Amino acid sequence: MNTEAQEMERIFERPRALRSATTHYCPGCGHGITHRLVAEVIDELGIRETIVGVAPVGCSVLMYNYFDIDMFEASHGRAPAIATGFKRARPDLPVFTYQGDGDLAAIGIAETIHAAARGEKFTTIFINNATYGMTGGQMAPTTLVGQKTATSPTGRNCETAGYPIKVCEMLATLDAPSYIARVSVSSAKHVLKAKQAISKAFQLQLKGFPYTFVEVLSPCPTDWHMTPQEAVEWLEENMFPQYPLGEVKAPKEGV
Amino acid sequence: MNGKSIYTSVIMAGFGGQGLMFIGKLLAYSAMKRGLHVTWIPSYGPEMRGGTANCTVVVSSEPIGSPVIQKPESLIVMNNPSLEAFEPRLKAGGLLFLNADLVTRPATRTDINVIALPANDEAVRVGEHRAANMVVFGAYVARGGILSRDDVAAGLSGLFGEKAASKLEVNMKAFDAGVKYAQAAPARA
Amino acid sequence: MEKLFMTGNEAIAEAAVRAGCRYYFGYPITPQNEIPEYMVKRLPEVGGVFLQAESEIASIFMVYGAAGSGARVMTSSASPGISLKQEGISYIAAAELPCVIVNMMRGGPGLGGIQPSQSDYFQATKGGGHGDYHLFVLAPATVQEAADLCLEAFDIADRYRNPVMILGDGVLGQMMEPVSFQDRRPAADLPEKTWALTGTKGRAANVVKTLNLDPSVLEKHNLKLQEKYKRMAKEEVRVECYQVDDAEIVIAAYGTVARIAKTAIQALREKGIKAGLVRPITLYPFPYKTFADIAPKVRKILTVEMSLGQMVEDVRLAVGDKTEVCFFGRCGGIVPGYEEIVVEVEKLTAKVAR
Repeated sequence: MNTEAQEMERIFERPRALRSATTHYCPGCGHGITHRLVAEVIDELGIRETIVGVAPVGCSVLMYNYFDIDMFEASHGRAPAIATGFKRARPDLPVFTYQGDGDLAAIGIAETIHAAARGEKFTTIFINNATYGMTGGQMAPTTLVGQKTATSPTGRNCETAGYPIKVCEMLATLDAPSYIARVSVSSAKHVLKAKQAISKAFQLQLKGFPYTFVEVLSPCPTDWHMTPQEAVEWLEENMFPQYPLGEVKAPKEGV
Repeated sequence: MNGKSIYTSVIMAGFGGQGLMFIGKLLAYSAMKRGLHVTWIPSYGPEMRGGTANCTVVVSSEPIGSPVIQKPESLIVMNNPSLEAFEPRLKAGGLLFLNADLVTRPATRTDINVIALPANDEAVRVGEHRAANMVVFGAYVARGGILSRDDVAAGLSGLFGEKAASKLEVNMKAFDAGVKYAQAAPARA
Repeated sequence: MEKLFMTGNEAIAEAAVRAGCRYYFGYPITPQNEIPEYMVKRLPEVGGVFLQAESEIASIFMVYGAAGSGARVMTSSASPGISLKQEGISYIAAAELPCVIVNMMRGGPGLGGIQPSQSDYFQATKGGGHGDYHLFVLAPATVQEAADLCLEAFDIADRYRNPVMILGDGVLGQMMEPVSFQDRRPAADLPEKTWALTGTKGRAANVVKTLNLDPSVLEKHNLKLQEKYKRMAKEEVRVECYQVDDAEIVIAAYGTVARIAKTAIQALREKGIKAGLVRPITLYPFPYKTFADIAPKVRKILTVEMSLGQMVEDVRLAVGDKTEVCFFGRCGGIVPGYEEIVVEVEKLTAKVAR
């Protein structure tokens, strides 16, 4: 018997909202961190047994294998419509969608804007890694000008491929959303702030506030063809100027 | 009902807003209240916005097969384009009711019965210029022989609901004017 | 029972509410707009929710979301809008979510027209979206039948965990007829919705999903769906046979065309031609056996559709070489008159006489 272990205080453990599973995410990917943050918030707010999540199509399509909560799997881009249908039927349950930039800002932009415009009472966690991860690193709506991807091999040319979409700023033009924030998981400091924003979004939802949205800038070392360390450095250097961090919209009163 | 077999079909056509859809519903609804089988089909789509509108009503003592009628037994026409469109389709020997205030050319067929009446003038005379449809409807019911005046009055109050009871009287006045006209005017064969 | 005077669209909406449907998601399109316009007033009276979505695609996924909660839910549209919904319909069929989808067909292809048509038969009965799946398809011919079948549709959807389509056309949707509503509670023997998402309290987590990356798992799932379709075919086929006992020629038609055919049959019989009608009420599962049984007893079967020949393929499949199957169709929004059907039958019987 290990008496030493008995005497030790447990200060860190897997959140109850996560299963004991090995994820399929690449080393240095931001999904694992963001999953953990969402799971910790779910635990802390005591909503694991009531919350319903909607998984996207993209790298996180299998997130229901990692979260130990009731979940939908959506089709590509339709998570906000599914969350709308569910929340309208069960307004008593907390609901969130978890979507990548292709899913949310390309094919699902209409569903996103209209759910936001209607002020649907769910939370969206938006992972922006400036690329299509699952399909192998193609250009996303959020790909930076000049950024090389599989479908912009010489760098995104704004003459032919236009400019990246700043989703937070765009949604902030709408009247209904109550909370819109952009965070990053590129360093320990930013991870802590990211958790605060995610927690605030969920808390606002629980208080009945309309549409809450957190964009998470997230590294994709594999498709960026970098080491994890290079990826977080590239993110902060290149994505921060294009996608400034902070609360874009927040209620005056609330949390 | 006296057990006699009943079947009749009518197309009602004119400008949107002239109340043709309404008198079609009134016919079908009043006949339904009498225990008859009825169908009412409107034309639908952009033509409803101020263009020509029409509806087809079938009333029968038996379950109704086709609600779509190529050759109706009667025709109510409230404008020139409708006469153009539907006169050729009226069954031989059928009844054509014309609002003579708005239809400016005569019917061309000689194998049908035409009842032309100044429905707008009559409507103004009874005090409701919008009730020209009810004048023509009065003539149709007088010649159609399926509904009584009471059937129509009951149907009208059913469709209007209680809040519009005040409209009932003037509409029935218009209806009566049409009945009188149909009884007085000889049908031109 | 009190008779109300309603359009087919309104009757379907009222029947849905009486069947316990509390959620409606849709997008405007002619000729079915009376359904959302009725629902927006009616659903709040019973504590339900009406929501006009930003698109047909969004509305069908709102159905997916609400159905995933275990609620009774409906959407409606017309042909081009139903095409847009196909993505979601495939997902709903794959996830086995019960719901009711109304298609008031109009002329196609493309934007087509707004007048009545039956040219979405293939889409409705053969799948429509991607993958091996079927909707349960009901084809009412009268406003009363539209109401009755809609009341049942929600039970059927729950019983088989399958989307049910009510397939009508512009005539059925726009036409007013007398209708009375039975008071109907959901059947007592419906399976419990243990799969629904309600939060995990007291049980393991549920997932509503359609992705199966392992081919052997996906094949198994498909085989399970096929078993369900076979069960429907065994238990739920509905068909009306009208004056077929002594018929020499049988008309095969559904929905609006079937009732027009009845008028044609009366006219034909007055002329001494023994005609009858076989009217499939379920288009999927299709009444193959009824046609197969009747085929040897009749000289010809004339399939009449408001399309250029879709259901006729199922009739031919049922009949094989037991009798000749002929076809007459109008399309593009033209509703055939009974007189046209009479002429077609007369042509066929004249050939028989020769």
